[in-house]
Amino acid sequence: MTITEAPKIVTSRLRYEDSHTLDRYLATGGYEALRKALTMAPEAIQAEVETAGILGRGGAGFPAGIKWKTTMALPGPHYLVVNGDESEPATFKDHMLVERDPHQVIEGALITAYATGCERIFLYVRGEFALGLERMQAALNDAYKFGAVGRDIFGSGFSVEAVVHPGAGAYICGEETALLESLEGKRGFPRIKVPPKIIPATVGVYNKPTVVNNVETMSNIPWIVMNGGAAFAALGAGRSTGTRIFSLSGHVKRPGNYEVEMVKTTFRDLIYAPVYGGGIQGGNNELKAFIPGGASSPWFGPQHLDLPLGQDEVAQAQGTLPGGGGSMLGSGSIVVMNDATCPVRAAWRLARFFARESCGQCTPCREGTGWLDRIMFRIESGSGRMEDLDLLLDVSDNIAPGLAFPYPMTTICFLGPSSPMPICSALQMFRDDFLVHIKDGGCPYG
Amino acid sequence: MSKLAGEFLTRARETIAAYPGSRSALIPLLHLAQEQDGHLTGDAMEHIGELLGLTPAEVMGTASFYDMFFTEPVGKWLVSVCTNIACLLNGGYELLAHAEEKLGVRPGVTSHDGRFTLEEVECIARCDEAPCLAVNWRYFGKVTNGRFDELVADLESGKLNDEVPTHGTLNRVRREAPA
Repeated sequence: MTITEAPKIVTSRLRYEDSHTLDRYLATGGYEALRKALTMAPEAIQAEVETAGILGRGGAGFPAGIKWKTTMALPGPHYLVVNGDESEPATFKDHMLVERDPHQVIEGALITAYATGCERIFLYVRGEFALGLERMQAALNDAYKFGAVGRDIFGSGFSVEAVVHPGAGAYICGEETALLESLEGKRGFPRIKVPPKIIPATVGVYNKPTVVNNVETMSNIPWIVMNGGAAFAALGAGRSTGTRIFSLSGHVKRPGNYEVEMVKTTFRDLIYAPVYGGGIQGGNNELKAFIPGGASSPWFGPQHLDLPLGQDEVAQAQGTLPGGGGSMLGSGSIVVMNDATCPVRAAWRLARFFARESCGQCTPCREGTGWLDRIMFRIESGSGRMEDLDLLLDVSDNIAPGLAFPYPMTTICFLGPSSPMPICSALQMFRDDFLVHIKDGGCPYG
Repeated sequence: MSKLAGEFLTRARETIAAYPGSRSALIPLLHLAQEQDGHLTGDAMEHIGELLGLTPAEVMGTASFYDMFFTEPVGKWLVSVCTNIACLLNGGYELLAHAEEKLGVRPGVTSHDGRFTLEEVECIARCDEAPCLAVNWRYFGKVTNGRFDELVADLESGKLNDEVPTHGTLNRVRREAPA
């Protein structure tokens, strides 16, 4: 087991009960990074973030510094949208950061707004996070009173307004362009992106250049400003620098959010180390499979335990899809399944999730996710047919041609082509389980 | 009768002023209307349209997309039980079955006395305490059947009145920013 000595960059304050208050924030060095940033040139801050190499912590993993640079090069007005619409199944890290350390998110956003020349910040918080919305609003009110937000921040001459914006229940709004639509008061339909010209960084909210960054990404910015990009880049390895919060859930003894050093830590460390997951819970305490990066990611098995927690390392691994390819760290959520888990049931539930959450714009997703849900449900409930196995792959291949990872895009956003990933993984790894369901006319796991 | 009124209208105007584009206030205003009436009434949606310069169809078009908005009355307490992957692995469906039996309703249905609406929801991001649920979007984790029964009793006795405000009340902290 490797437990590295990396500092806790975004979770250090959480040991205090009152970590969400301004008093605690100030007592633990809060808003010092903003003061420092305001004495620096915006380009110098961007350079530090680019040196840090921090990859976006929302799921797509795009380098934040590059995103910023694109927006900075364009004429204003610029906007900053903080994506706190965390809805990827089994991801609960942003929920924690919003509830437990809202000032850290706000400070990161203020520094980002200063660096990228944004005149307004939208703090988009998932609607269901009622306590998070209240904590974020209270923190913003306090930050205004403290002079950290608003006109002429700390006498620097820099001004920025911020508003807390609630979502209203739609997984798709975590997708950044759907989030922008939602922020404009519309249905959360993802927009067509044409990189590198037409992306939120160039054409975002109100069609203006917009930086969209995840809550955890924002939470890292104060530390990077205080300690320098090189100190951040010294942690981790390769393209995956720094630490990252992993949401660990399912059949582990100690589910929770753990901030660990990237790459230097493996799935095995996270799942089995006594200070993290503490090992498998239930069944015969053996691991059957795990989901490495949210519902959208192809599954892994025990043979993948020693893979490092790195974006490229996981993508380049030999995975479990019929068409080859690895998986992804995605939103940083790891779901552990013990040996008593029915893989058909688990994969069906995810299929159902995608069917419910498809926005309906693109045919392969709107129709395909429904097909997958219904076929999986009839297999799990005992009405499956032998030809359903090929049908699953056929429908999947229409949504994500090649059944590989990464997949080609057949739809506007990633929801569609990621929906067959769990099913294809499960079918490849546990074909016998599917066969038993069909032959015995029911779920052998009861 | 259910236009935004009194304090709700004041808050609506404050909210609109916080955005550079007024339509951005649509979702926050729909939450306000739901806080006032418990669900979205036709009158409230029409009124919101007037405030924002939108047609009723535009307002309804947005409202109908989002799971948290209800255009029919719901119970005093909206009980949202998660059954997504982490909860599924830790008894989410068993909890949902127990909730159905205890409250006497299927998911999506309101009890005869109008007190409880039960719903099955997707991941609500409290997976370290699976199985979990929310009542009027206040979260409860590690919910055993016994804990569920206690929760119902505590709601009915008023013990949780502060912790669990009425349905639709999302954010009790009002924006305070110098104009």
